[in-house]
Amino acid sequence: MRYTPNSATVVRKMLQDIGLGSMAELYADIPDALKLSRPLQLGDGLTEMSLRGHLKTMAARNISVEDMPCFLGAGAYDHYIPAVLEQMLQRSEFYTAYTPYQPEISQGILQSIFEYQSLICELTGMEVANASMYDGASALAEAGIIACSVTRKLRVIVSETIHPEYLQTMKTYAKSGHMEIVTAPAKDGVTDAEALLPLIDGQIAALVVQQPNFFGNLEEIGRLEQAVHAQKGMLIMAVDPISLGILKSPAEWGVDIVAGEGQSLGNPLSFGGPYLGFMAVSEKNMRKMPGRIVGQSLDSDGKRSFVLTLQAREQHIRREKANSNICSNEALNALTASIYLTVIGPQGLRKIALRSHQLALYARDNLLKRGFKIKYDQPFFREFIVSCPDPAAINEKLLQHGIIGGYELQDGLMLAFTEKRTQSEIDRLIAVLGGELHA
Amino acid sequence: MKIQEGLYYSVEHEWLRVEDDKAYVGITDFAQQHLGDIVFVELPELDEAVEAGGQIGVIESVKAVSSMFSPVSGTIIEVNEELENAPELLNEDPYGQHIAVIKMNNTADLDGLLNETQYSELCEKEEQGGE
Amino acid sequence: MPKLLIEKNVPGSNAFALPPCDLNMSPLEDSIPSQFLRQDAPRIPELSEVEAVRHYTELSHRAYGVDDGLYPLGSCTMKYNPKINEWAARLPGFAHVHPYQPARTVQGCLQLMSETEKMLCEIAGMDRFTLQPAAGAHGEMTGAMIIKAYHTHHQDHKRTKMLIPDSAHGTNPATTNVVGYKVVELKSNADGLIDLDDLRAKMDDEVAGLMLTNPNTLGLFEKDIDEIAKIVHGGGGLLYYDGANLNAIMGVARPGDMGFDIVHVNLHKTFSTPHGGGGPGSGPVGVKAFLADYLPMPLIKKEGEEYSLDYDRPLSIGRVRSFYGNFGVIVKAYAYILALGSEGIRDACEQAVLNANYLRIKLRDDYHIPFDRLCKHEFVATSRKQMEESHISTLDIAKRLMDYGYHPPTVYFPLIVKEALMVEPTETESRERLDDFIAAMQNIAQESRKTPDIVLSAPHSTVIKRIDEVQAARNPIVRW
Repeated sequence: MRYTPNSATVVRKMLQDIGLGSMAELYADIPDALKLSRPLQLGDGLTEMSLRGHLKTMAARNISVEDMPCFLGAGAYDHYIPAVLEQMLQRSEFYTAYTPYQPEISQGILQSIFEYQSLICELTGMEVANASMYDGASALAEAGIIACSVTRKLRVIVSETIHPEYLQTMKTYAKSGHMEIVTAPAKDGVTDAEALLPLIDGQIAALVVQQPNFFGNLEEIGRLEQAVHAQKGMLIMAVDPISLGILKSPAEWGVDIVAGEGQSLGNPLSFGGPYLGFMAVSEKNMRKMPGRIVGQSLDSDGKRSFVLTLQAREQHIRREKANSNICSNEALNALTASIYLTVIGPQGLRKIALRSHQLALYARDNLLKRGFKIKYDQPFFREFIVSCPDPAAINEKLLQHGIIGGYELQDGLMLAFTEKRTQSEIDRLIAVLGGELHA
Repeated sequence: MKIQEGLYYSVEHEWLRVEDDKAYVGITDFAQQHLGDIVFVELPELDEAVEAGGQIGVIESVKAVSSMFSPVSGTIIEVNEELENAPELLNEDPYGQHIAVIKMNNTADLDGLLNETQYSELCEKEEQGGE
Repeated sequence: MPKLLIEKNVPGSNAFALPPCDLNMSPLEDSIPSQFLRQDAPRIPELSEVEAVRHYTELSHRAYGVDDGLYPLGSCTMKYNPKINEWAARLPGFAHVHPYQPARTVQGCLQLMSETEKMLCEIAGMDRFTLQPAAGAHGEMTGAMIIKAYHTHHQDHKRTKMLIPDSAHGTNPATTNVVGYKVVELKSNADGLIDLDDLRAKMDDEVAGLMLTNPNTLGLFEKDIDEIAKIVHGGGGLLYYDGANLNAIMGVARPGDMGFDIVHVNLHKTFSTPHGGGGPGSGPVGVKAFLADYLPMPLIKKEGEEYSLDYDRPLSIGRVRSFYGNFGVIVKAYAYILALGSEGIRDACEQAVLNANYLRIKLRDDYHIPFDRLCKHEFVATSRKQMEESHISTLDIAKRLMDYGYHPPTVYFPLIVKEALMVEPTETESRERLDDFIAAMQNIAQESRKTPDIVLSAPHSTVIKRIDEVQAARNPIVRW
């Protein structure tokens, strides 16, 4: 298959037209010694029909959450995706466009980003959001860098209850020397405030917590917020957007920077990406935020219009002085999030959050009734850990019964619930866990 | 392009007006013209100690950004807060708007700065070099 | 003038509902204490489904994609995005797979990633690739971190500087700062290439490496790359290849054969995955074998016919994000490479270079072309003639092009060329399209001489006129 429209005859004519005899002459500036002396070994090109068959076979080697109910969460959630999304996202004016550098022919993209920013502000309660970042982990790492730049300090204290991959990502970003990560221990599945508070001193740039935390538990943030702000540090919070349908917003907790994973807003699981990281800050830190930002202005006829703004923050202008090198955003995933929120509406968001949580409660109560131990006795949202000695073996058993199980921890299985799950699926899950169903 | 008499100039296109041990620092007409429409000024903090050559602020236009460097060492004793809400004042009246006032602790720093003739030559050279 | 979503809010119009459920629920406060609960609901607009669909359809009418026409944005490689790839990424077996599923349930995903890695190794002349980075700039950061890890591992702590040509993309110097190195800028010579004397003078034992785009941002091949590699390696540094312009050489030459140690590729440029209005992209990073241990973890391992994720990589720089990469994007790039095969990849490259040279030669009478010689996939023109004739800038020409139905080229980049207009047609434009574009550019050149006002006040046919960017930045309104 090829996607080049010019036939061999046309190509010959074009070459002639510009005074060249062959394609090879187009590479006269590359020394022969550096040229590849053989064809690439990628095989022959496939026709679309063969390609389709090949890809179908390959996809069929995977088990998808369409095939089996899925109780995995841990940062990526199997929420229902309304049909409107797939249709609207196939509009190629959206997906085949570049970053909206030229506002006059990009108003649609720009407005959609402006609306996305507004929706993130509504969810988080913050004043300013950017146009999105790669994912939750990298957004959180960049939030740490901002805090170091604003406070001119290096120490970022990170609770060990955040997603382990977020922590690993922050540690990688910290190898730059622009921040130092200090971890604060967990106790009973939440941040150990007694151990953490003494760590908060004049050296602190920021404290990072996640709500609900990696284990699904809710963190009591009030005391921590006071302690961090008393030392002129910044409070950074990672949040799940669906939870914000019922949980206190980051702004209500007094947070300075919010960063989070936006996958659950209508983005398919897609084996881990593409997702989107969202970031929002208070107005006074607006010019410290990385990434694209769309602003509203007027055109020369006085019409409301949108344009990429505050660009002096960005790499293409600031170059070696830039605190972030981010160039793209996840615009299509941000658009997905906006369409999703528009389709489910304000009541839908609350209902989805509530139903997910109610199903989790139902599962927990029934597990307790059967004598299972729930690892942490904490208020939680949507996700909790059931204690068990060999979670991998249990997951294997669940698979044999047509269930994608939970996230494997050392001595427990973390189970997540979305509005897609049903009572009967949960009953089946518990029956397998309880040994009532045999392979 | 305007160059005002009686001021010191730095190669970074800042001007300095000295009153006893106090130095008023701003950006020159050349600097504001090259930046274009200034949209934001990040001011230094009060009481901050600064070194000669150290950064004391950032000036942003729509398509450019420029650091402000202190031509002298000392302590910031005043900042021009008006610029926070009206950064365009730097475009309109560059020599009338200082960015900060520095209490100098080493007046010898002034010896390394340019007078208006030297600065005028520098600007001419840069204009040509930029073509 | 489309209204904003929030201006279309009609209470009671949204009919989204969940299936019935018999759970007997106690009040929320029984399980979640009230101090954790939200007092004010977020102000999400309420629209009916049909109004939601019309809203986004209306927005799409006010956007311009590759499917609408020629998109000659230099450095962005706006080639056609094949539709079969979109279909592939939406297959349930790819789109609806959780990243933490047991390895045996995701063998297809892992196989696809493993095969993509192999194909990228072959195209770039590298030994191993990570698919984790989410974009080109993210790949750059990953690569620069690998350089740092390598020197640190060899106890070579003096190296704190990165050499960057003055023609480089802004991400290169920004990346350098982000990983904690200092930028040392290399001058371009009169031919638009790296000045070897300047390189020799600046290469010392404090230099960690050189980041280079080849062909460079002027669309010119750095023909002295062999010598450049010798100088950098001789001084103990590593050579980094910014793959933004890989489309210009794929199948013809390979960064790995030119002496590059690390490379990032942009799947959203070279390998046809759509840009999505700004993303998602994907920026895999390839390395020579001696650097493989430093790659982010996990990598994909194949034992027998079984694929798995390998986390046991003690020298790894760690993770640069969660999970394994922008898998949905990787699926599209995989499909693209398979569709083209060895010959197709080379054909795409050759036709991209042909199209660029065709445009360059056809436009040279009307526009100043500062480096007017054989280019690769793109070239830089300027508005110098129009500026001298009637004070018409590159921005004016860009705006006027929209009236002719085109997305303008990249403007004001690279920085070393005044009033730059950087044109990259890509291989997926037909001669007819190119000729139409040439005619439009010629018309604009003529208008600039005869009726300059029409160019100076352009665009005239777009949904809005030029925007007040100064007000947008001085008094930012960034939400409703």
